[in-house]
Amino acid sequence: MSYSGVMPSARSRAMVRETRHLLFTVTPGAFWIFIFLVLPSAYLMGVAFMTNGPYGLPQMPLSLDSFERLAGFGFLGWSPGNLYTLLRSLWQTLVSTALVVVVAYPIAYYITTCREKWRPLLLLAVVVPSWTNQVIRTFGWMNLLAPGTPLSGLAESLGLVAPNMGLYPSNFAVTLGLVYNFLPFMVLPLYGAFEKLDTAQVEAAQDLYASPMRAFWHAVFPQTLPGLLAGIVLVAIPAFGMYVIPELLGGGKGMMLGNLVANQFAGASNWPLGAAGAILMLLATFLGLYVMRRLGKRLGGGEEVVI
Amino acid sequence: MSETMTAEIADHPGIRPVADEQDRASRKASSIEMQGLHKRFGRDTVALDGVDLDIRAGEFFTLLGPSGCGKTTLLRILAGLEEPDDGTLVVGGKNVTEVPPHQRSVNTVFQSYALFPHLSVRDNLAFGLKMRGLPAAERNAKVDEIAEFIKLGDLVERRVDQLSGGQRQRIALARALVCEPDVLLLDEPLSALDAGLRSQLQVELLRVQKRLGMTFVFVTHDQDEAMVMSDRIAVLNGGNIQQVGAPREVYERPLNAFVARFMGHDNLYPISARQGDRLTTSLGELTAEDAGAGDLLLIRPETLDLLPGEVAGDNHLTATVGERLYRGSHAEFRLEIGDTTLQATVNNRGRHLPEVGETVTVVVAPEDLVTLSE
Repeated sequence: MSYSGVMPSARSRAMVRETRHLLFTVTPGAFWIFIFLVLPSAYLMGVAFMTNGPYGLPQMPLSLDSFERLAGFGFLGWSPGNLYTLLRSLWQTLVSTALVVVVAYPIAYYITTCREKWRPLLLLAVVVPSWTNQVIRTFGWMNLLAPGTPLSGLAESLGLVAPNMGLYPSNFAVTLGLVYNFLPFMVLPLYGAFEKLDTAQVEAAQDLYASPMRAFWHAVFPQTLPGLLAGIVLVAIPAFGMYVIPELLGGGKGMMLGNLVANQFAGASNWPLGAAGAILMLLATFLGLYVMRRLGKRLGGGEEVVI
Repeated sequence: MSETMTAEIADHPGIRPVADEQDRASRKASSIEMQGLHKRFGRDTVALDGVDLDIRAGEFFTLLGPSGCGKTTLLRILAGLEEPDDGTLVVGGKNVTEVPPHQRSVNTVFQSYALFPHLSVRDNLAFGLKMRGLPAAERNAKVDEIAEFIKLGDLVERRVDQLSGGQRQRIALARALVCEPDVLLLDEPLSALDAGLRSQLQVELLRVQKRLGMTFVFVTHDQDEAMVMSDRIAVLNGGNIQQVGAPREVYERPLNAFVARFMGHDNLYPISARQGDRLTTSLGELTAEDAGAGDLLLIRPETLDLLPGEVAGDNHLTATVGERLYRGSHAEFRLEIGDTTLQATVNNRGRHLPEVGETVTVVVAPEDLVTLSE
């Protein structure tokens, strides 16, 4: 009797406390996200379904015009330009992310093999370039790759590019810029994964009849997967929406989705089309995240990959 | 040393194989011969300074020594994880000095266990078999067999991060044993466990070794553990082997002061004069019997008898009790004889235990005195 009288009130008091606690901790973040993410996205969504007005500003009535334009249907019939831009964005993302993995993996491993006192310095060396403004660094690459520079001269003499064309502007220059720009975002999570690894496990694998190659494949690589997947997400998503690098290094034929969107809000002045492009980017990103999450759950065994 | 004593010492007091398990014993065991093994790290660190050592097939052999004595380096050379600068290593009649670890029929239980956290316990156990190219069905059968042998129960279906320290230890042991190596190497496998679990696993490990009849090479810095487990012990210091022998031999007849101190002996006294069996030390004159020709006298605390008061007689020393540590089953005394101290251990049979400050007579049996060199 006394038990049944006491228990619910004690439980409900705990619940009230918990709810209040939750309210205090979650509210500021939720407020932030609502003001700066949900509202603008909703606004963008609304704009995307409106009609383009005289000065590129959205106006009523609601329509699917901008999505049709995005898919390539214009006044002069269908043109593949936008589709190419989308495919180029995907391709650049894929290639540059893959290259970043190839370059970052040995770097991250190498740093973990160094003495402990050198490691922070080496990591710093990886990160420091990203403290400089991205535009300035990209201008740097322009100067390195422009026609007439030693690098371009070398590429020309090897027959890799046509005479006097230079390495910039080109899709190659964009890939290079992306790899350079996003390298730290892959090195850091990979370093974290390598650092957690007990070197005795590599020895244990070799002790258990694994050749050095198989020891890497069966004992080391699977344990770096969480770091690798986190790095891929950190690199691929911003690379997909990148604006500055293709703008400066890509020239007319190096345009990516980010440039398409930016142009609609600035030069070309078609806000609804720009908004539609932004929504497409958002959807593609969500899809990519979903795939990575599924992949992470399958490959990472039990370990949840935090994205 | 007398004939009978040698025979007694060679006879291991541990656990014998059980009759119906004898088929497992004698399955596979290899002897190990090491000759002139040298290993240097960097310019100045000498890890091994010419080690010659023979380990018999089916033996529980322990490498004992303080940290930095070279015992782990020696074990890693046996595993192939370290290559000696000089010398040869023969396992099971084959020279394996330059054979890489994955091609040696030698498996290791690592100090940190080194289980693979990304694999299930079952996949951990099957790792070696998989690398050897055994089909999945056979792997599973062998894993089930070893799980039953080590009594892992349902641990096999757990994840590595769900295991306690003792469970990890047993999985690491099973993971190495399932490969049926010629030699099993154990690198301080019990050092991370608390005392109770440790002594339980000591017994378990010893039983497993006796049942399998496999050659075990065990590394530890704990002389008690070494004495409990081993058929024979090699005491190492500074990259050199100080003594090799059965536990009783190493404990009761240490060859030098280092071994004596490492085995826990404190009662060491320089011999200042010697006339036949009469030895003079700072304790006074003592008669020894068959004590050897060393210049240092060892008196084991547990060989001493204490009589109350002053009693005259040969090998009777008058002492004052400086300290008494009561341990229940026995008591430890720090005795003062002039300026010299002497440790004595007395079994507690319920009789009078001298108090601090009391005058006692220490009776030293001549046959219990041993001499050794510095």
